[in-house]
This record gives sequence, C-alpha cells and structure tokens, in this order.
Amino acid sequence: MALAVRTASWWARLRGPCPAAAPRGSAARLPAGLVGCRRHYSSRDKEKIDMSTYPVESIRNFSIIAHVDHGKSTLADRLLEITGTIAKTDRNKQVLDKLQVERERGITVKAQSASLFYNREGVNYLLNLIDTPGHVDFNYEVSRSLSACQGVILVVDANEGIQAQTVANFYLAFEAQLAIIPVINKIDLKHSDPERVEKQIEKLFDIPVNECIRISAKHGINIEKVLEKVIEKIPPPQFKTTDPLKALVFDSTFDHYRGVIANVALFGGEIQKGHKIVSAHTNKRYEVNEVGILTPNEQPTHKLYAGQVGYLIAGMKEVTEAQIGDTLFMYKQPVEPLPGFKSAKPMVFAGMYPVDQTEYNNLKSALERLTLNDSSVTVHRDSSLALGAGWRLGFLGLLHMEVFNQRLEQEYNMSVILTAPTVPYKAVLSSAKLIKEYGKSEITIINPAQFPDKHLVSEYLEPTVLGTIVTPQEYIGKIIVLCQDRRAVQKDMLYIDEHRVMLKYLFPLNEIVVDFYDALKSLSSGYASFDYEDGGYQAADLIKMDILLNGNPVEELATITHNDKAYATGKFLCERLKDAIPRQLFEIAIQAAIGKKIIARETLKAYRKNVVAKCYGGDITRRMKLLKRQAEGKRLMRKIGNVEVPRDAFIRVLKRQSDK
Amino acid sequence: WPYCRQHCSYCSFNKYVVPALDEAAVRACLVREVQTLLRLGHVQRVTSVFFGGGTPSLAAPHTIAAVLEAAAEVAHLPAGTEVTLEANPSSTDPSHLAGFRAAGVNRISIGVQSLEDAELRLLGREHTAAEARAAVEAARKLFPGRTSLDLLFGLPGQSLQGWQRGLEAALGLCDDHVALYQLTLERGTALEAWVRRGALPEPPQDLLADMYQSAREALVAAGFRHYEVSNFARKGALSSHNLSYWRAEQYVGVGPGAHGRFVPWGEGSSQREARVQTPHPDTWMEEVRRRGHSTRQRAVLGTLEQLQEVLALGLRTDEGVTQRRWGLFSPQLSLGEVFGAPGEAQELQQGGWLLLDARALRCTPTGLAVLDAMLPALLCQLQR
Repeated sequence: MALAVRTASWWARLRGPCPAAAPRGSAARLPAGLVGCRRHYSSRDKEKIDMSTYPVESIRNFSIIAHVDHGKSTLADRLLEITGTIAKTDRNKQVLDKLQVERERGITVKAQSASLFYNREGVNYLLNLIDTPGHVDFNYEVSRSLSACQGVILVVDANEGIQAQTVANFYLAFEAQLAIIPVINKIDLKHSDPERVEKQIEKLFDIPVNECIRISAKHGINIEKVLEKVIEKIPPPQFKTTDPLKALVFDSTFDHYRGVIANVALFGGEIQKGHKIVSAHTNKRYEVNEVGILTPNEQPTHKLYAGQVGYLIAGMKEVTEAQIGDTLFMYKQPVEPLPGFKSAKPMVFAGMYPVDQTEYNNLKSALERLTLNDSSVTVHRDSSLALGAGWRLGFLGLLHMEVFNQRLEQEYNMSVILTAPTVPYKAVLSSAKLIKEYGKSEITIINPAQFPDKHLVSEYLEPTVLGTIVTPQEYIGKIIVLCQDRRAVQKDMLYIDEHRVMLKYLFPLNEIVVDFYDALKSLSSGYASFDYEDGGYQAADLIKMDILLNGNPVEELATITHNDKAYATGKFLCERLKDAIPRQLFEIAIQAAIGKKIIARETLKAYRKNVVAKCYGGDITRRMKLLKRQAEGKRLMRKIGNVEVPRDAFIRVLKRQSDK
Repeated sequence: WPYCRQHCSYCSFNKYVVPALDEAAVRACLVREVQTLLRLGHVQRVTSVFFGGGTPSLAAPHTIAAVLEAAAEVAHLPAGTEVTLEANPSSTDPSHLAGFRAAGVNRISIGVQSLEDAELRLLGREHTAAEARAAVEAARKLFPGRTSLDLLFGLPGQSLQGWQRGLEAALGLCDDHVALYQLTLERGTALEAWVRRGALPEPPQDLLADMYQSAREALVAAGFRHYEVSNFARKGALSSHNLSYWRAEQYVGVGPGAHGRFVPWGEGSSQREARVQTPHPDTWMEEVRRRGHSTRQRAVLGTLEQLQEVLALGLRTDEGVTQRRWGLFSPQLSLGEVFGAPGEAQELQQGGWLLLDARALRCTPTGLAVLDAMLPALLCQLQR
C-alpha cells in the first residue's frame, strides 16, 4: 500500500540495476533473522585444521576498501577462487555479501571474513581477508575491522576515478598506519583511463604511480599480482602466542541455535575450547565452546593463535555482549583493553510504526530479531496520536536506516511507516530547576516534544558532519550554491586532476538527512559523489515550530528547525498538509507558528459541492457501500479541534520526501 | 433495455452494443421475469413503471406493451399509473413515440444531455442539438406535461457562461420536469481516461459548485421546485417512480443487471432484500428460460441497513426523511431520539447544513450541495 515505505531513491547511488548485484535465485532470500546461521555445519565433521602450522610470519591480515561499486566484492570473489577457498564458477558474485539487501544494492552491510590458504614459493600462507562494511555510516565498524589488519587493498574504478568514499576510506587506513596497496580495477572497460586514476592517487594520496596494480576483477586479470603484493608489502602481525590472550571483537552475528558468534582477531596468546574468558567492556565471564576460522563458512579448529583471525562461540546470549571493539582476555589474566572502543552512537532518528496497529506485535518481534544482529540500532518505545504505538529508532546514518528498513521488509515481510528522519540536538541548560531535574546541564533532544524553551537554555547545539564531495569541475558552481543553501561552511577545495575537484564542507547534519544527496546527484547529472564523517556539535539558532489546524497544534508535526530555515520548512509542511487533508464542510487554516507568531499559512477551502448526481435503483447499492466505508474510515480519523485528519495525511507529511 | 446503438464516452452502465438482436426472445424473457418476480414479491399493486437502460426507445413499442400486459396479468396496474420510458433523441421520431403511447407509456424522459453540438460529440452522443430539440418538441405534443429532459453539466472545458447559455436554451424548450446531472467521470469510461491522462481538463471544484448554484437559481426563478439533488419539477410533475427510490419504497428490478429492493415472500422470506439480476443479456436470458428469473445476487437488508438507506436517500429530497417514513422503518427509535441528541447531526444543524423539526430531518439548500460530506458522519451517529 501507499504507506509502506519503499526503498527510497535516496541511496540509488549505491548501485543501479546491475547484473552483479542480482540475487542468486531463491537462495539469496534469507529466512527470517538467520543471517548468521546460514553457514554450513557439515564442515564441523571434517578433520579440524591445526592452526599451529601457521606462525605469524606466514599470516597476512588485510581488508579491501573501495568506493561503492568500484569492485570490492568482485575482487574478494576472485581472491577466494584463486586460493581455492571457493570453487571457481561463474556464479560467484558477492560471495561474502550474504544479505539480500547487500546483493541488491551492491553494498556490504555486514562484514564477512574469510581465511585463504595460499602456497607461494613453497611457503604456506594464511591470508585473512577481513571484509568491511562499505559505507561511512559504518565508519566505526570499518575502523574496528581495520584495526585487525596490517594492510589494505584500496580499489579504485579505472573509469570513475577517486570518489568521495575512496578518500574517506584511504584516510581511515592511513591514520591506522596500514600498508596500502592501490589497485585500479575495471581496466577492461572501454572508457577506462588508468593513467588518469594513477595520477589522482599520486596527487591525493602521495602514492607513486608505479605502485598501482591495474586489474580487472571481473575477468580475473592480474589477481595473482595482487596476492603477490599482499604477501610482499603487508607486514605480518607482530604478536606473540606466549603473551596473555588479547582478542579484539571486530564483528558479531547471532545464531538462533548457538547464540552469539564473535569474530575475533588475536593480538596475543591463544584460545581454545574450555578456556574461560572475560569481556573487558562488560566484565562478564564465559567459557569458550568452539573456535574456528571462516572459509568463509565456519570451520572449527583446535585452537587460534596470536595474529590469527577467526570466530569464537562462548555462550553469549545477545550481540550486545559481544560489542564491536571490545577486548576479550583470559579469566584472571587481565590485559590493557585495545584502544578505540566506543558504543554505537546513533546519528539519525526516525519514528517507526506498523502500517496497521494489529501488526504491532509482529513488528515488535521482527525488530527484536533484527536488532539481535545489529546492536547499533537503538530502539525506544514511542507513540503518536496519529500513528499509534511504535518506536523511535536511532541509526548510525541514513544508509543504515534505509538498509534496516529494507531488511525488515525483505527478511521479515514487514511494511512500516517511517517518519522523516531527525537528528539529535542538544541544549545547554541555564535553568537551575531543569538542571536539577535532568541531573545534568547538557541534554540531548530526540523528540521535539522535549525541546526546552529558549529562556531556559544558554545555548542549543546541533550535530555536524564533515562532508567530502568529489565532482567534475563543471558542476562546482551549482554545488557551492547547494552547499551554502544547506548552511554548510567550506573547509577545503582541491583539484585532484585537471577535471575533478574535491570539496570539503562542514554541514549541519539535519541539512543532509533528507534530500541532499538527491539534489547533489541531480544537479551533477549523477557525477558527483558524497561521503561524510562525524563533525561534532556546533552552536545553532534552533527553534521549535508548531503546525496548527484552525488554531489547534498538531503534536506529531512539531519540528525543531534552524531559525533561518523556519519559514521554508513551515511553508513546506503547510503545503504538504494541505494536499493531504481532504476538503471539509468548513474552511481550514493550516499554519506554521513559532510561539505565537504565525510564519506560514495555507488555506484549505470548504466543500461547496459534494453530492453524487445520480442515485437511482442501480446506483444505490454501490453508493451505500461507499458511504459505509467512509463512515468506517471516519472512526480512524484523528480529530484536531473540529478538523478531521486522515491517518495517512500525517504519513504523507512526515515521511521522507523521496517517497512522495 | 440493455442495448445501445453506440457507446457514449461518459457512460458506465450495464449496456451492450450488438449487431443483431432477437427481440422476440428478449421480450419473452422480460415478460417471464416480470411475472415471476411480481409473484415472488406477492405484489398486489404496481404504483409506477420505469423503462430504463440502455436505450429503451430502441425497443419496439409492442415489446413495451407486452411487458405492461404481463404485469397487469399478475398484479393490479391501475389506469393512469405512471409509466416512464427513457428515450434517446435519435430514436424518437413521432410515429415511434406514438407507438409507445399506444403501448401504455404516459411519461417520457429524453436524454438531451446538451444543446451544443460540440459537447454532444465530446459525450459520444449520436444525435445533434437540432435532433434533440425536435425530439423534445415531438414528445411534448404526445406527452404534454409529462415530458422530462436530462442535461449534463461540468463537462471538461465547459465554462460557467456556456452552461448558463445551454440551460437557458433548455428552459425555452422544456416541459415541466428537468434533471440536471453533474457529469461523473466514471472509471472505465473513455472520458475519464482522457481526463486522467491530461488530454482533457478536469473541471475545477469551485466551477462545478457555481454551475450547480446558478442552475438552481435559474430553475427556481422559472417556477420549478428543486425536489431532489438533480431533479426539478413544476406544476406537480414530480417523477413518482424516482421518488419511490428516495423514499426507500419497494421496487422490483427486471432485465439484465436490474436492481430491486423487495421482500420475496414467495421464497419464504419476510425480510427486505437487495437483489441484482444477471448483467449479461445472454446469460440472463438463459437463466430466465431455465428458472423464470435470473437473480444473481440477494442480500438481506437488516434494520440498520434499511435505515441507512432511508437516511442516505431521503436526505436527497426537499421533503427529507419524514418522521412518518422513519417510523415505518424504526418504530422504536424516533428521528429525534437518534439525531436530536448531541452529536454529528447537531453540529451539522449548528453549521447551517441540516434541519430537524417536527416534520422531518432534511438538508438546507447549502447542505444539499454537500450532502455526501455529511452522510458518513450521520451514518456514524446512526450506528451508535
């Protein structure tokens, strides 16, 4: 139905229709919530591998990083094939991307890792490919995955060149002091220009042109060369098995039968079944049931040793017990936890409601199951007079929100109403009474209903992001205007070659959460790319705006907005509401107000004629049916003062613009 | 009569354009079904007859005669009972009309629709304005004081002035009964598709309201009583047949796709039913031959449903839902008890759209134009 929030065009950039992204028949449609357990158990019966034959010198831990659609997953497929990890067939497409949403969008949401065995010049190497989510929404996960690596393969499309996400990914790896192997992919394409891309890489990343490897992952060209460089350039991990156990949790999944499966990288020591371990974050103690490696399915081993990467199962019941970035150590042998751990911090909030309230319990259980696998989503119960009982969910970013919603639809067959995303504002309180009430002087405002009045506040703060835009130069003018319109401040501008420019802007987050990317894509004919990272909070002139219907406030449409944007936002909301409310017997004033001041108004005229012309024998049955349905529908109307508002009117106003 | 010579661009009725027709067979089935259903309803007396369609004026006068005779055989059909026939200007030459009169028809309703040739073409009518005039004049000679004409307004592209001119011309032509219908863009019609695709403009709401209002004023000034949403009559020339629909009286529907509301005592029932006959003529005939009638759907109407109809239909008339009529359907709960209590009806009265007095519940003139916006609220109140 119309209310169902479909996959928005918002993130169309992730990948258009592309054969490589197509799901592989029915196998790609995963059963509810079993993402983590679609692994092959038969391997458990096999002879366990003795991991002690792989000392640190023979180990290479690395990731592949790339802008979306530049071929990260295809290269991973080839590496898996060439090392015999998976059989070589033409059906190996995005082998590590197991979710339907990943295959459809051509993105990686949930990282999967794989251990590759590779013999070179008589040495048996253990190459651990640690997959990373491909988007900055998952920046934290990316940084944790990278911290388990000593090097990365940076993939750049020979045709598109460096894009915004390439830049962001490069700096993540660079700051982590990892060895970087630049790879220029898709050299088979007709318009590819590897020389230009090599120059870009040299200019922007200071990597000599001759270090780039030109490949075609699709056709398997030069893949051996990549493996050669991995062994040659990436240093082996410098950890000792004789040290106490120190294991980094860099990912976790949930299996309905076995509980949490934590992906770990050993920074020291060894681990095996029966060991008693402790989480540095929760201080909880567990007994290890199983350890093993991922190939990419789970393959149990006797032990895991320092420098190795694998999984462990230790009776953890919830993914929150194996938080990404946590350190595990041996009971009674505490170690200094690995740096960089932080709990997931939601940046974008949205209300989620069942399309039909009778679906509430089903949606609740679907949410519970999906969040088992994604501990970064925060869930708070919420309710709205118009939309009924629901939740306010916090996401790491917009893509995260889209993906979460898509998974709900695809894996749990749930249609939901998703309200327009909002960002977490903050207020520095000046009122002693309020400070006492909250027990602190700075509060986070997720819901406009909690917005404290100006005279109780010394300062409002809004979240910002540092955005990177890479664009062909001819669009710069328009893009600068767009950014200024979004209250963004330019931080940097750099020509990465004769034609392409990289721009850096500090954006208020709320200015990009709804339709910024669409606008950017449309004014650059699809050529500009965009990425962003957390930019901290800044002071902002915020106000709360009410929407009134014939003078009565509509609680669910109250909005926090920047003073400069109040008029435009108010006008927009009034116009949308006008389109969404049917005419009634009397005139309706739709107003946007700040305090008592009206800043925008739309008038919905009264019906002057609404009566069916013909009503004779044959028309009566049809007429009565319609009337009864309308009478029934009236009971679902929300009455604000004397105005009747259909429930879907709020949905049409609240939902994101791209779903119009 | 479900047959037409061609499809009009706005019409979504159950109608069929066929190259050849075995009229004798259709006639025999109409006769058979009339008799079966009148017997089923234990009908003692027929108070009015209406031949609608389709295009009933395409039927032979002796088919009409045969149906009336058949009715008279099983029920009392008093002389002077209103017998109306719908006629198209293209099938109403004087001798044909005289034939209908001889068959027993005493009231004629002519589908003029417009007196502008361009509008008639848009509507897909096969007649011209001149033919329409001639038809009305011929009918008035044969059925003086008993000729009605239908007009459509709110055509895509029609202006207020254009409509007023057409109405003025019609007033110069008409007899004592006029029906003015706002064009409804019905799904599945050519006209609706043209408007939906943007090939034709959708008439704006305010213009339609203005057209309706100015027509009401013009007709009232010409001495007409606005007795139903779309119907006007002077000198008492109201259609008693159509009034019976709006008064929620019983009626028997005969022929393909016809609707009826009656108690089928003959089937052992004592409750009013909403009945629909099989729409397709061939299937209908087959079934009538097999079992005497071809009722496709039967639905028992409970008290609440009957009251809903009394309300929704009665409020379309200027007399409204009278206390007396309401009492026939709801002996326990009076109109005042249902709608006098605080609630939707009271709010509508305060707004000046509705009136409740000792005689009836009815719309004010302003309320009548927005009746469909009031009915859902009133039905809600009734349900409680």
